[in-house]
Amino acid sequence: MLSSWPILSIVTFLPLMGVLFILLASGNNKSSEHNCKMLTIWVSSFTFIVSLILYFGFDTTMAGYQFEEQVEWIAGSGISYHLGVDGISMPLILLSTFLTPLSILASWHSIKNKVREFMIAFLVLETMMVGMFASLDMMMFYLFFEGVLIPMFLIIGIWGGPRRVYAAFKFFLYTLAGSVLMLVGIMVMYLQAGTTDIPVLSDFNFPPQLQYWLFIGFFASFAVKVPMWPVHTWLPDAHVEAPTAGSMILAGVLLKMGGYGFIRFSLPMFPDASVYFAPFIFVLSVVAIIYTSLVALAQSDMKKLIAYSSVAHMGFVTIGIFTLNEQGITGAMFQMISHGLVSAALFFCVGIVYDRLHTREIDAYGGVADVMPNYAVFFMIMMLASVGLPGTSGFVGEILVLVGAYQASSLVAFFAATGLVLGATYMLWLYRRVVFGRAEKGEVIRMPVLNNREITILAPLTIFIVWFGVYPAPLLDVLNPVVALISEAVSNTQMATANIQ
Amino acid sequence: MLFTQMTFQAAMPEYILAVVALGLVLMAAFTGESLGSRRLVKMIALVGYGFAFATTFILPSESQVIFLGLFKIDGFLVYMKGLVLIGAFFACWMVDEDWSDGVEKPEYQVLIMLATLGMLLMISANDLISLYMGLELQSLPLYVIAAMNTRSLKSSEAGLKYFLLGALSSGMLLYGASLIYGFSGSTQFGEIASSIAQNGASSGMIIGVVFLLSGLAFKVSAAPFHMWTPDVYEGAPTPVTALFAIAPKVAAISLLLNVTHFVFADIRLEWMQVIIALSVASMAVGAYGAIMQKDLKRMMAYSSIAHMGYALAGLAAGTQQGAAGVMIYMTTYIFMGAGTFSIILMMRRDGLPVQKLSDLAGFSSTHPYCAFGLMVFMFSMAGIPPLAGFFAKWYVFLAAVNAGLIPLAILGVLTSVIGAFYYLRIIKLMYFEDVDQPLDTNAPKENIIILTASLVVTGLFLFIIGPLREWTYFAATNFPISGAL
Repeated sequence: MLSSWPILSIVTFLPLMGVLFILLASGNNKSSEHNCKMLTIWVSSFTFIVSLILYFGFDTTMAGYQFEEQVEWIAGSGISYHLGVDGISMPLILLSTFLTPLSILASWHSIKNKVREFMIAFLVLETMMVGMFASLDMMMFYLFFEGVLIPMFLIIGIWGGPRRVYAAFKFFLYTLAGSVLMLVGIMVMYLQAGTTDIPVLSDFNFPPQLQYWLFIGFFASFAVKVPMWPVHTWLPDAHVEAPTAGSMILAGVLLKMGGYGFIRFSLPMFPDASVYFAPFIFVLSVVAIIYTSLVALAQSDMKKLIAYSSVAHMGFVTIGIFTLNEQGITGAMFQMISHGLVSAALFFCVGIVYDRLHTREIDAYGGVADVMPNYAVFFMIMMLASVGLPGTSGFVGEILVLVGAYQASSLVAFFAATGLVLGATYMLWLYRRVVFGRAEKGEVIRMPVLNNREITILAPLTIFIVWFGVYPAPLLDVLNPVVALISEAVSNTQMATANIQ
Repeated sequence: MLFTQMTFQAAMPEYILAVVALGLVLMAAFTGESLGSRRLVKMIALVGYGFAFATTFILPSESQVIFLGLFKIDGFLVYMKGLVLIGAFFACWMVDEDWSDGVEKPEYQVLIMLATLGMLLMISANDLISLYMGLELQSLPLYVIAAMNTRSLKSSEAGLKYFLLGALSSGMLLYGASLIYGFSGSTQFGEIASSIAQNGASSGMIIGVVFLLSGLAFKVSAAPFHMWTPDVYEGAPTPVTALFAIAPKVAAISLLLNVTHFVFADIRLEWMQVIIALSVASMAVGAYGAIMQKDLKRMMAYSSIAHMGYALAGLAAGTQQGAAGVMIYMTTYIFMGAGTFSIILMMRRDGLPVQKLSDLAGFSSTHPYCAFGLMVFMFSMAGIPPLAGFFAKWYVFLAAVNAGLIPLAILGVLTSVIGAFYYLRIIKLMYFEDVDQPLDTNAPKENIIILTASLVVTGLFLFIIGPLREWTYFAATNFPISGAL
């Protein structure tokens, strides 16, 4: 019965429905603000519940697209409203719908002005994110991909920290500059193939010479989004200035758009170019991992440190993707989901202490374990997951990426593993300086313990992080068929190229 | 027979505007400058535009040439006429009679209507003579209304500057026209085209084309013929600027399309170079010039230069697809412009118009709806999907890429990123900053209606792009130019 419903459209546009309701609830007093928050929470939670249908109705034996919907959009031009999910996009949609209510809950008290507008921006953002992962048409994909910029620009710019204007502009312009080059690439592909349908384009076999140029165009966009060194500099600024909820979504979902783009477009559509450019990507990723880990070590601002750690972790993702083998790509996907949960949780952990002390300077803290023992436990789990301790989701992704990388190049695997050590260094050091020691400063001693709202946010994140670490099968089952398909297609090209040579 | 039923029907909007404009001249002369008189004049003018627009639906969509070959009508031209009339209607409606911006004379509406008539004639021109007549009928009233605010030195300066540079460009255009006439032996578009088809283009002809295009480039304010735009936009009374920003550009670019894609279709490789140069220069000047501006109207001037650069990128493709792209671009341009200027007109402090960018600080807390509207227009002008401006850029650059002009397209999208910076700056002022001195909140309902209409078109463009694309692609088949759709 459910299969006849347009589940994907419902999941995508439910948040927009919520926006309509918020617009109807007029008034500027406290109670209407509260109603807005409640409405947003309910709408986004309901969206998450509906999106679970995607998981439980998902056929893990199939590699193709499921829950497909296709309606004519721009008549006669090969551009249609086409939605569908496969093993790659489905987990990312769930990640988005899962993190959105948590982020809204995280900003419950910290957003004080323009509450209505904040909730609207967040719901629009959710629609854009889900729509982007669900799109099976390049035009629609681009619409959502770029559309994300509008709410995120406002979230950083209106509710951000002191340097929010600079950060918002940098975020917007960096991303836009990358994306427009992809747009020209999309135009070229559209003119070649006569359609923007992603499944058609994936099988189109563009001539290798053209693939190189198209790859560069798409790379410009996704590299900024991931972000890869050296175009990562917008990320620390954006993270530091964004409100906690903004950072959670930015790190949790928005960074994944780049990795998703590589897997969805670059590998299947430009296999020759992917093989050709893989060493180049490895170099950039290795630099990203080692360089940003070292930079993270030097940070005195907690959020900035975690932001740089995100760049390093996403370096693992890009390495995994361009190993072009099954383990590597699976590891990259797993790492993306895991990083989505872990980094969102870490940013929330920073948000918790920031709400209490209104500073993110590491030196201002110390001895938090004495005052907030349960916080220390949660923070430790997140920190260890970020380091990649076995038993947490971070480990599964990293080990798979390393296995894949070792097959591709042992040198890359060696440098990536170095990054793991550095990652452990800065995370443990951060943890030691913030949580351990003696609580001496007056403000730290007076910090209240975690309240129920904060535990409600951290608990589900912790559950999933540990669950995926101990029993990764549910996620791996979803990923395996489609990853096998993609890596097989690429390796066929690889062999074909080798035969010619 | 010079006047038959056919000629009557085909030139219906022009007849209506001419009759209404002449009637209004008399009426204004008798009723004087009182508020009631101005209201009445405006009302009649609006009805005139409305009727003229309604008649565009009964105009023939297949190509017809009437009035001894001076006047042409076809699907493409009808579409452009419709756009101009919508623009003129908005520009006329936006002027609130209670405000004194220096345009509180009934002649103002008469002059706008005469200029609109000139635009329609320009669009339908099928002969170098009617081209020039239409162009001048459009320009002369605009020179006058740019200088209409006699109390303002800047307005006089704007009018004078516009007039002098306009006269220069008319001279260039005429010189080009005379060369074209000399080398082809006719002033009629059709005969010029067939002369080129038979004899090829001599270098004299090409020089003539370049001069003609330069004259027209002045009218669309494409760089390097853009010098007048910022000063005129800034100095002219705001309602006049609104008109400049909306209607004449559409007429001029339509004429440019008609001349290049119809008359000189056979020598497109020659004029394409000129258009590409104009396009690149306009995109660059528009993007960089706007960054340092502190005056909102001046910034909009540079923004319009950039927009013309993008539209010219579609024109540079030299294909029917490019022509359709330009049509889509101008459609979105009209609505974004009308919406933006309906807000700029509302920007007042103690009843006096203000136009500094910094006056927008904290606009979102005092005028939430207008600020939201302006934000949508700014994102749209920056080309951010899913708004109208994105689709417009998509179709012009798609045509450019299809014609092999990939570097032009890349340059175009990159300058649009630079352009995004100053559009974002307006959003920053409105949303990220606090109110300094609040602006008046009493907005006339006309402006709110125009704002809402433009907002609907701009925001929900993704729902109308399908039929619009089909429509414009069909209209573009009127051009006898090669190139796949």
